[in-house]
Formats: sequence, C-alpha cells, structure tokens
Amino acid sequence: MSIDESTAAKVAKLARIKVEDDDLPALAAEFNTILGFIEQLGEVDVDGVEPMVSVTPMRLKRRVDEVTDGKMPDKVMSNAPDAREGFFAVPKVVE
Amino acid sequence: MTRESSLNRFGLSGARDLLRKGEVSSVDLTNACLEAIEGAGVLNAFVHKTPEIALERAEAADKRLAQGDAPKMCGLPIGIKDLFCTKGVPSQAASNILEGFKPEYESTVSQKLQDAGAVMLGKLNMDEFAMGSSNETACYGNVLNPWRRDNDDAQLTPGGSSGGSASAVAADLCLAATGTDTGGSIRQPAAFAGITGIKPTYGRCSRWGIVAFASSLDQAGPMTKSVRDAAIMLEAMCGHDPKDSTSADLTVPDFEAMLTGDIRGKTIGIPREYRMDGMPDEIEALWADGRKMMEDAGAKIVDISLPHTKYALPAYYVIAPAEASSNLARYDGVRYGHRAKLAQGDGITEMYEKTRAEGFGPEVKRRVMIGTYVLSAGFYDAYYNRARKVRTLIKKDFEDAFAAGVDYILTPATPSAAFGLGEMTDADPVRMYLNDVFTVTVNLAGLPGVSVPAGLDKQGLPLGLQLIGRPWEEGDLLNAAQVLENAAGFVAKPSKWW
Repeated sequence: MSIDESTAAKVAKLARIKVEDDDLPALAAEFNTILGFIEQLGEVDVDGVEPMVSVTPMRLKRRVDEVTDGKMPDKVMSNAPDAREGFFAVPKVVE
Repeated sequence: MTRESSLNRFGLSGARDLLRKGEVSSVDLTNACLEAIEGAGVLNAFVHKTPEIALERAEAADKRLAQGDAPKMCGLPIGIKDLFCTKGVPSQAASNILEGFKPEYESTVSQKLQDAGAVMLGKLNMDEFAMGSSNETACYGNVLNPWRRDNDDAQLTPGGSSGGSASAVAADLCLAATGTDTGGSIRQPAAFAGITGIKPTYGRCSRWGIVAFASSLDQAGPMTKSVRDAAIMLEAMCGHDPKDSTSADLTVPDFEAMLTGDIRGKTIGIPREYRMDGMPDEIEALWADGRKMMEDAGAKIVDISLPHTKYALPAYYVIAPAEASSNLARYDGVRYGHRAKLAQGDGITEMYEKTRAEGFGPEVKRRVMIGTYVLSAGFYDAYYNRARKVRTLIKKDFEDAFAAGVDYILTPATPSAAFGLGEMTDADPVRMYLNDVFTVTVNLAGLPGVSVPAGLDKQGLPLGLQLIGRPWEEGDLLNAAQVLENAAGFVAKPSKWW
C-alpha cells in the first residue's frame, strides 16, 4: 500500500494538522517508509488470535455513580487561551 | 572539595542514611543540588527550576526528621520529568502546544513522592510528548549526555525520551529522577547515561496527571544511581489510585527489604532472537559477561525463544501512534496551551489545524498522522487490529517462557552505546526507532524491566544490561538486578567538563 500526496493531505485533514502543499511529497515519502516497516506484520499468522484489549487481565473497578469533584470553574478555565464569563471562547462554529 | 558542595553526588540511600543520623540536613543536600544545576546549564537537563519550592520542602523535611516522623524519602531532592503535571509549575511535555500551561493539580506519582517527603528541584527535559529516543525533539532544545568519548569532545545524546532525567542523575544534579517508559524511554537513556532505571509492571504506577502518549503502554518509574535507590523510589511511586482505572489494586511490598543478594536456584532465560545481525561485538561480549555473572551467583542459565520478537517494533509503531493520535486530539487550542493567531474569516477548523501545526513538532505530527491513518476506515483491521493480535502473541511468548520455569530474562538494554547528537538527523525515522528493539517488547507485554549499567565500551561509554521479570514481581527483579550490579561493579562516572 503506497501513499500518494492526496492521501497524505487527507490524513493531515483528518488529524486536523495543517500541512502546506509543498510539504506533502516529503510527508508522503515518510509515511511510506514507516508503513513499509509496519507491513512486516503481514507475515505473522494471526488466525484465531484475539486482539489485545488489556495487557493485564483485570476487571475494571466499579464505583458508586456520584459526583466526586466540581465547583471550580475558575481552576478549569485558568489555562484557557480565551475564556469569557465562565465559558471557553472559540471562533464562530455555526453560520 | 568540601563535603557540603559534593552532597549532590550521593544517591538516595546514602543521603537517607546521613539524614537519619542527623549528619546532614535536607537544606544542605538541596542547596548542593541547586548549585550543581546552576553550574550545568549547558546540559539543558533542568528546564523549569523550582528552587523556592525545593527549599520550602527541604525545610519542612528537616523539621520532620528532627521530630522523628519522617516518611521514607524525607528530605531527598529529586527531579521530575516535564511529562508529570505539577501544581502551579509549568508542565508542558517539552511541547510548544502546552506553552504556559500550569496545572491546577498534581499527578498522583509526583504527589506520592511529595507525600513520601521527597523534595522537587524542578522539571526535566525530554522528547516532545515522550516521542523520541535521543531527546532531540524537545521544544527546549537538545539535552547533552554528561558522558563523552575518551578521544573526542563530540556531544552525545543521553537517549530518550527521559533524556533530561538520565543526564541530570548521571551528572549528579539531583539524587534521582522520575521517568516514563512507553517503548524504552526509561531503560534506553539509563543505559546511555550509566544509571539504573526500572519500568514497573503496567498498572503499578498511576498514570493520572501524567501527560498521556500511548495509554496502554505508558508507565512511570524511577531513574537512580543504584538498584537500592530504585527500590526505595519505586515503592514511593507505586500503589492503587481510583483516578486511574488501569492502576492495580495490589499491596506494594517493601522492595528494598527484598534485596537479599541471593538468586541461587533461579532460572535466567537468554532469548536467542535478541542476537541481532550487526550488533556490536562489545554488546555481545557484555551480554555474555552478564550471563556469566548470574551463573557465578548460582542461577541456572537456559536458552529460550521469544519467536515474535521481530514483530514487536512494527506492532509498536501501529499501536503507539494510534493511541497517541487519540490522546493528542485534546490539544485543540481551546482549554489550555497554545492557540494560533487566526486570519479574518477563519473558523474553528482552521483554528484546530493552525494551532496543531504550530504547536506540535515534526516527530509528534508524524506519529499523530500515522496513528490517524492506521485507525482510519478501511485500514483499521489491516493495521490496528492486526497489531493488537501480534501484541497478544508477543505477550504469549513471555508467558510461555515463564510457564517453562524462567524467572528472569537477560538481554542487552540497547543495540549501541550513546550516539552523537545530530547523527540520526538524516536517517529515516525507522532507524531511530530501532533503538528500542530490546525494550519495546516489555511494554507490549506489560512486564517489569530494569536497565543496569554493566560496563564501558572501548570508547569509555557506558553500556547497560536489561533484566525482564514476571508481572508484579518487581521486588524479585530488583534483587536479581542488584546481584548483576554488584558483580559488574560499575562505578565509573563521567568526568566533569561542563
């Protein structure tokens, strides 16, 4: 499977990372090198093997469904690039 | 040199013993480290210094020591990798995208160390988001290894991603440091810098408050000047945390008390697949020496096979980027960190795309995009699910070896000694990835692994050996590591040039 420039552009879009058109050929070439390395996995017989979900066989702990934290909007917002009146501010989302 | 000005050279156990005897104070120890840090700017290991916090905690520690209610690490000055969130102190995973981020909370592991009385000196450099093996991807610039070759002054990498931690401990800027390990990021830099580093079993240390890279692989661990120090610090870091659903609800043993020095009757496996083509003779010789040392200590050596070893790195380079692409989606310029300046008419998508393009470095972008690709519709089964199946097989290789009676597995820690900064710049990314060839299997299988300095190569650079243990048996593993440490008798230190 070889990645061309348009696929590289599509992946960049999906990842929400702006890549200039001039940089696409180099990016596609890097993808191909890494994917070429990954292709080796095709040699392994994985018939009937379960994909790993959890490396340590443990049951996730349950807890009571109750509020354990909160009431600290100032702390939650303290690192925001743009916070106003208790909200995170972003550019217009809906036209 | 006066004793006060060389206190930074102590390890955790030596300093602890002097503190308990009242022969030194934590303030003295802390000042010695702060002075060493000031004089070592060129190494670029400490990137956010916290001398006020350090001295405040040192004074509190001295009071507790005097009152006789000192916890186990009381008064011991350490460095914290920049990946750990520390309350009110910059924590940016060496990335521009987290520039200015000061967490309102403390990671569980750094809180536990604080509760154990440890004194934080500052934050340590690392590869951006822990992605790298040479500490050349940090927004703070490269870290220098205090070790240099005998015959030239070339700047060498301390390894990565915990390169700042390795450099700081090796150069005696702190008594010990925290690291994290996703594919070898504690053990490879420990080997490159001639120190000890252990990655515990997945689930031993809480991941809460540690900036996530690949959640199914990430584990924190100590980087120290001796195996005993690693036992002391690991105990303080471990333990169940309700805030991390994968943290194990198991009792944490007194690891230091388990260092008996006796490994008679234990069985040590030597995996034949770790004998790589093109491996330097010196690594091969060191491995053979290690085998002999364990044999002399009364262990039985057996050859074993871990047949899927070859596929560990390719599986890792699917799974880790896949998880990273998901974890790093949170850096969107909304809640914290960097937000790009927008042009007239830019909407929210442009904000995301520009923010992430500006904030992430090239290696992080590469991995996020590879992860996005292997998770995308049509490739999920071919790449991601296949890699997870191979991961099952890699874990089974280890389970089979342990079921056959093997107690520990002995391997080289790295395929080479520390290399020069910039040496890999023009190489393709895969060549850099090969650094983790001996360590990455351990993350995929969730096992504990420790790197112990065991010798010098002919250019005078340290080399490490790795011991891999059964799940949850870090105490037993550290005991074997200490036997290796004693037999190897590694005492070399880098000569001070900085």
